[in-house]
Amino acid sequence: MKSDLSLPENAAPTETLADLEPGDVAVIHDFTTSDDCMLRFRELGMLPGTTVSLVRRAPLGDPLELSVRGSLLSVRTHEASQIEIEPRPCLA
Amino acid sequence: MSSSTSAASSSQPANSQDSKKYKRVFALVGNPNCGKTTLFNALTGMRQKVGNYPGVTVERKEGTCYGQHGEEFLMIDLPGAYSLNARSPDEEILRDVLLGRRDDTPTPDAVIVILDASNPDRNLYLATQVLELELPTILVLNMTDVAASQNLELDSSSLSDAFGVPVIPMQANTRKGLPELRVAMSRPDLPASPHQVPLPDDVKQRLQDFVKNSDDKTLANNERAALYLLDESTRKSHSNNEWENHLIAARYDAIQKICDRAVTKSASNTPSATDRLDAFLLHQVWGWVVLVGIMALLFSLIFSYAEIPMGWIDSTFTWLAGKVTDTMPPGDLRDLLSDGVIAGVGGVAIFLPQILILFFFIGLMEDTGYMSRVAFMMDRLMAKVGLNGKSFVPLLSSYACAIPGIMATRTVENPKDRLITILVAPWASCSARLPVYLLMIAVLIPESKVPILTKVGFMLSLYILGTIGIFIAAWIFNKTFRRTVKTVPIMELPLYKAPSWHTILLHMWERTKLFIRRAGTIILGVSILLWAAENYPKTPGADKATQVENSIAGKIGHAIEPVIKPLGYDWRIGIGLVASFAAREFFVSAMAITYNVEQDGVTENVAAETLRQRMRDARRPDGVSPVFSPLVCLSLMVFYLFAMQCISTTVVVRRETNSWKWPLFQLAFMTGTAYFAALIVYQGGLLLGFT
Repeated sequence: MKSDLSLPENAAPTETLADLEPGDVAVIHDFTTSDDCMLRFRELGMLPGTTVSLVRRAPLGDPLELSVRGSLLSVRTHEASQIEIEPRPCLA
Repeated sequence: MSSSTSAASSSQPANSQDSKKYKRVFALVGNPNCGKTTLFNALTGMRQKVGNYPGVTVERKEGTCYGQHGEEFLMIDLPGAYSLNARSPDEEILRDVLLGRRDDTPTPDAVIVILDASNPDRNLYLATQVLELELPTILVLNMTDVAASQNLELDSSSLSDAFGVPVIPMQANTRKGLPELRVAMSRPDLPASPHQVPLPDDVKQRLQDFVKNSDDKTLANNERAALYLLDESTRKSHSNNEWENHLIAARYDAIQKICDRAVTKSASNTPSATDRLDAFLLHQVWGWVVLVGIMALLFSLIFSYAEIPMGWIDSTFTWLAGKVTDTMPPGDLRDLLSDGVIAGVGGVAIFLPQILILFFFIGLMEDTGYMSRVAFMMDRLMAKVGLNGKSFVPLLSSYACAIPGIMATRTVENPKDRLITILVAPWASCSARLPVYLLMIAVLIPESKVPILTKVGFMLSLYILGTIGIFIAAWIFNKTFRRTVKTVPIMELPLYKAPSWHTILLHMWERTKLFIRRAGTIILGVSILLWAAENYPKTPGADKATQVENSIAGKIGHAIEPVIKPLGYDWRIGIGLVASFAAREFFVSAMAITYNVEQDGVTENVAAETLRQRMRDARRPDGVSPVFSPLVCLSLMVFYLFAMQCISTTVVVRRETNSWKWPLFQLAFMTGTAYFAALIVYQGGLLLGFT
């Protein structure tokens, strides 16, 4: 029986911070690259397990303003797309 | 390395030998925007010295303050940073000074770590790193009022127990907590912290191997210090940095445990003042309205209201020159003073109103936190040519004067981005070019004949051309220069704060002093040389025009004539170009001299119109063709647009890049472009049949 109400979880594409909409909250899962500059992201508190939220996108579309542990950070889409987030519950 | 600099003058910051006269040397450490500067200013007041660390373009700030019993302390304000794992020249300085690796700076006896209380987690990250260095430390919880407004409460005694060092709540801007800090600073028994984040096993192993194989003497004192050198070596050799991830996680775990006990956050759903302001200032529509409005305000202040004080300065210097002419016996010394020295100093002074306005605005935007919003908004546009949003305000300022703009590039962390911004900034048509543009347009188009819209059109085209030049040059440099240091593409948007006039004015004062000292002295020197070149060798009895023709300046004009002929210029214009070597606006006064227009006494408008008419009437040796044909005027405007003709800017670029290589390169590529652009305009125009 075909039913698209039961898609297994691991079939869903992994989302990244770049997929968020203003107001969304997400939990960081992991980084897709071990690039040195990602180290600073971690040092600023963006660790796996940390909750972050997207405040807004800049008026020109890029960068993103993220709220992380009480501070506001400006991150370009390029880097944001390298930070995976935990699957979010689908809102009907 | 630099013992010569320290011995040279007492205005240089202290070095290791000087530190002996101070009771204690304190290092001030903290995140950017934690109020460190405010605290430093509150402690040291006017007893500060600003310089550069030798070999790098990092600003060096030191000052003295007094303890409880009158003992003298040296305060070193280290660059704001997020971590001792250095990712920029600023952070390398922080790390190296704290670890005692710099010969030119005394090793700190003690450290004051300033934390932004409204953001404890992240601020404690750097703090735990610094505490592990086992230097006597004081933790300052600054901005307690901001924390309170966010319903955050920090228990300083809990923190003090956890770390084993004094923890002082503070509001540096109202000086609350300052006396307690002074008491702590004066304690003879200031403790070092026993707190150490437990190292994960792989980190321990890597560290031990590293220390064993290294013969760096720093590591002998403190093993934890080696972590930051190991980080540097890992990064440079591109080794596996998984250990760093583990260490960072371990730190944040330890911080979490401490904060669970020391920090209480009462739930609040009301948006903070910053949230509400950002909703407006970063709004899709209103954000731009505000930004454009601020730009419009800035430029209207600079281009119209600044005219008033500029007029006063001009009259003052004219009066002064007049006094000298009246009271001194005629002769070379009198002329040197009135036409060389006073005119030279006047030439610098007249730009002070504009420069002060710029420094003030830049300082205001930085202090309130709005500057980062501007960078946030403009980042996407700047990224198209390889720059980042932080370059926007320095470039914008350069449309008034490149000097404050170039000084403002200090906020651009990446050395390559900063260098490119500095190199392209002078192509923003600054206000010194205006007198030349206006003169050329007026010579080209006499008042009566053409509507004002055409004149505006010319000016606008020149500005647009310059802007295009900036973007193209930035793009080219971005592709060709190597990126030696990869800085992190992340920027913090600090909470908005009310401007601290004290900080802003102090900042203005420091920058202006720098400008006067560096640019002012050079312009004065060159003005005197220029005066000498225009007045020697003397032709007794001749009028001013003939005098100049026979002088060194005239001879140089004749000498370069073959080179500038393809651009349509003659030797008289050549003299104007020589004069502009010091500053662009000197072209106008050089033309006035060459065409025998008296510049003093008579109202400006009459003199100006006389000059223009004389220039329109000037004829070449054939007696028929005009010197300042329309094509020549255009060619000159394009030349002045692109050429590097501001020795003050060159001097500032030298200071900001710490070498002569870049200012000379800038001089070459700008003037080269100017030559070819003017060539294309003139020769191309001739080919197309214009005269």
